[in-house]
Amino acid sequence: MKKKDMLWGLLVALAVAIFLSPFASSWPDGLEWVAEVHGFLSKGEGTPVLSSPIPDYILPGIPNDMLATSLAGILGTLIVFGLGYGVACLLKRRNS
Amino acid sequence: MHIPDGFLTAQTWVPAWLLSAGGIGFCVNRAKKAMQDRAVPLMGVMAAFIFAAQMVNFPVLGGTSGHLLGGVLAAVLLGPFAGAIVIACVLVIQCLVFQDGGLTALGANILNMAVIGTMGGYGMYRLMRGRSRDHRRILFATAVASWFSVVLASGACALELAFSKTSPLHVVLPVMLGIHALIGIGEGVATALIVGFVLKVRPDLVHLLSNRNGVERQLEQGDTALNGQGGQS
Repeated sequence: MKKKDMLWGLLVALAVAIFLSPFASSWPDGLEWVAEVHGFLSKGEGTPVLSSPIPDYILPGIPNDMLATSLAGILGTLIVFGLGYGVACLLKRRNS
Repeated sequence: MHIPDGFLTAQTWVPAWLLSAGGIGFCVNRAKKAMQDRAVPLMGVMAAFIFAAQMVNFPVLGGTSGHLLGGVLAAVLLGPFAGAIVIACVLVIQCLVFQDGGLTALGANILNMAVIGTMGGYGMYRLMRGRSRDHRRILFATAVASWFSVVLASGACALELAFSKTSPLHVVLPVMLGIHALIGIGEGVATALIVGFVLKVRPDLVHLLSNRNGVERQLEQGDTALNGQGGQS
């Protein structure tokens, strides 16, 4: 995979994060739904062990939720790209 | 199906952490042996794309929603070991930065989705694909394996919930499998569409399709020679 392909791929990922994530369904996911129906959802609603900087994919301090989600998506996509690329570099280095 | 803190007791999440560490360690060992230069940017892109795609929940019947897991997608392109590592990367950032999945449950989430879901799904893919290079067969195998990976991961999640006495097994296992059998249809369709697109534009990026593609191999070797990073392994 060449540099140009990589940039295209990253661009597609960013486009998904920017333009699609604000329109995500807010219905509970499969596990949440099961937890709700079977009465154990409250077990997961205590204080989390670690407080995260961008909880629930909404960048704090942005008045518009859809914009806050897009921005959180951009940040997350870039961070995950960096981690994936970095891990791959380490794997490659240990190989050679 | 990212498990939050509080759903699992310590007697479940501690062993789950150990098992996932062992599983990912195994994947690291295997992945680094097969690591090619071309896989480095692809791993970054796949991780980024799967993270973004996981943000997009689609509605499923009955007031629930699902999103792409991406395990089989990553494994079909990168192989099972690098694929599982990519999913683990996504889960780590989701947990640490976005509070999606608890820190105590991170081991269980990696175990379910990265280790069991991705590798199990890939096993199904190989079983159905065989040695075929026929695109239609590859896509059919991809779709079924993607569905299977989601159902398999949800089954593992249900076992952990039952082991934590959060919900009895005879209750939680069938409902988790049932709802994820529905959500998995979305996974199958989405993954087959994406892999279908890749097969059309860059078939060489699909794991086990690249090795006989002489032109691409030469191009890649030309690339590495230009970058001065030594030969391709």
